Amino acid sequence: MNSIKLWIERNSLGSVLLLAVVLLVVFPLALDLFRLNLVGKYLSYAFVALGLVMLWGYGGVLSLGQGVFFGLGGYGMAMFLKLEASDPITTKIQSTPGIPDFMDWNQITALPIWWTPFQSFPLTLLLILVVPTLLAFIIGYAMFKRRVGGVYFAIITQAVALILTVLIIGQQGYTGGVNGMTDLKTILGWDTRTDSAKYILYFLTSGLLLGAIVLCAWIQRSKLGTLLLAMRDKEDRVRFSGYDVAMFRVFAFCFAAMLSAIGGAMFTLQVGFMSPSLVGIVPSIEMVIFAAVGGRMSLVGAVYGALLVNFGKTYFSESFPDLWLFLMAAMFLGVVLAFPDGLAGVYNNRIKPWLASRFVRRKAQAAPPPPPTPATATTTAAEPAALPAGLSSQQT
Amino acid sequence: MSNTDFVLSVEDLTVSFDGFKAIDSLNLYVDQNELRVIIGPNGAGKTTLLDLICGKTRASTGSIKFKNSEMTKLPEYQIVRSGIGRKFQTPSIYENLSVFQNLEVSFPRGRGVFGALFFKRTEEVKNQVQTVADEIGLGSQLDTEAGLLSHGQKQWLEIGMLLMQDPELLMLDEPIAGMSVRERELTAELLKRICKGRAMIVIEHDMEFVKRIADKVTVMHQGKILAEGSMEKVQADPRVIDVYLGH
Repeated sequence: MNSIKLWIERNSLGSVLLLAVVLLVVFPLALDLFRLNLVGKYLSYAFVALGLVMLWGYGGVLSLGQGVFFGLGGYGMAMFLKLEASDPITTKIQSTPGIPDFMDWNQITALPIWWTPFQSFPLTLLLILVVPTLLAFIIGYAMFKRRVGGVYFAIITQAVALILTVLIIGQQGYTGGVNGMTDLKTILGWDTRTDSAKYILYFLTSGLLLGAIVLCAWIQRSKLGTLLLAMRDKEDRVRFSGYDVAMFRVFAFCFAAMLSAIGGAMFTLQVGFMSPSLVGIVPSIEMVIFAAVGGRMSLVGAVYGALLVNFGKTYFSESFPDLWLFLMAAMFLGVVLAFPDGLAGVYNNRIKPWLASRFVRRKAQAAPPPPPTPATATTTAAEPAALPAGLSSQQT
Repeated sequence: MSNTDFVLSVEDLTVSFDGFKAIDSLNLYVDQNELRVIIGPNGAGKTTLLDLICGKTRASTGSIKFKNSEMTKLPEYQIVRSGIGRKFQTPSIYENLSVFQNLEVSFPRGRGVFGALFFKRTEEVKNQVQTVADEIGLGSQLDTEAGLLSHGQKQWLEIGMLLMQDPELLMLDEPIAGMSVRERELTAELLKRICKGRAMIVIEHDMEFVKRIADKVTVMHQGKILAEGSMEKVQADPRVIDVYLGH
């Protein structure tokens, strides 16, 4: 028991456990199914925020196009669900039964070849992970090998987000256009719209998210995590220590893309549709806001950031339909101006020291006043003596 | 003479920035186990020369051969991996990491992405870190955050990071700049110890220090080599006195 406690402390998994309790126990008990389903939707954005912590917080590379990967993951899942929903019997009134409805409306008479892999569930899962990662690899390799970084990289990712949106909207017959893919019903015959399915999908999303956090924490603790931090601050030193800096950035970008894609797939499953409005520039920037509000160096913070901003969005838009966008902007500006390290920074710099001081005082009060033995007298006397020695050793 | 005897042979090297030739058809040969010091006035091209050798700047023409293989076209990390270590003028260390981590990151294993991901802190790594830390006088401060070290210690730490890679050619750019007298002495001793079994190129301005460490001195001026030889010979050269040492 004690060794488990130690292990948790050493890996600072306490905050992850707390998050697990909040997600797996508190929310399901405290919220009705409608709200819980909303939380599940927010949690699918949290995957993107996690990726941004790795890419932006650790890697120092800001991407304003993570919606692209979220969208690709989401569309991958949506294509599978759409094909399942478009069996020949349900679609028999179409001129070509057995293909998705939007294809039929656009006078397409056969399933395009690149849709066929999405008839298979294992292939779909594979493609959800591979396609976004591959795209990230191509963009990342082309950019980072040429030492494109900072603002320029951010702008290019924005351009990619715009291009993909235009492409999806323009190719209505193949993608469902601006409406996206709707009327998604079942996955492998299992109806995703029932109450029990919503619960199961919520817990699946939470579980995957917690798993992703542990994976990210493991990467942060590896030499690769140390190197990402090192090249963020001293790029040349890392390069001239024999590392190919570009490939490490490519890895961070690909990893963030893969996480975003998982989030996108979970979004589609829970919300029941996917549309270009989740791919473009605005959602991509919103996802950066989640990470910024949560604290871009904190994995757990990113999840809370995604939850808080989206709760805010829902609450403000329900309560102040005219003002909600301004309130959202005020919240973002307020947090970023007042707490540059986000919620995690507030916790680490203010709340934690305060809690620690409270806790220590309590303990001191609870303990009986120690008798003035010679032993305690020597320890108190030794402390001030030891302090200058420690300081002076740093100065030599 | 055949080039094969040299660790490093720089031939006919030129680099120009917008027409200005920072290095102008320069030839330089460094022997095995040699400690070469490069001196010269500001703007002579000393740092640029190191930049060219380690790949930070690309040569306009000419060749740089290290152990007989051409370096001018290789990416930086390949140059490092073939055995050239470079210390920058201002201490370039990872301030937020501990001394131990600074040295560990420089350990020449797990340099690929997945190698780094699955890198294990083995006894071998720990021993190597401890050995190098003792060498640079930071053996008892492995857990100290590097940003808290004194300026001199930061310089030593960066030298230590290079020693972790055990390079065959070590290039140091003004390693004692900003150091106290005592630190300079310690650094001279350190350089004397670590130059065994490898070649070194040191850029330095402090003549006393140069005298203490140099096997051979190269004087650069306006991108060219003005004089080369032992310290006594160079100091007696009237051209060197003219442009650099003063009367």
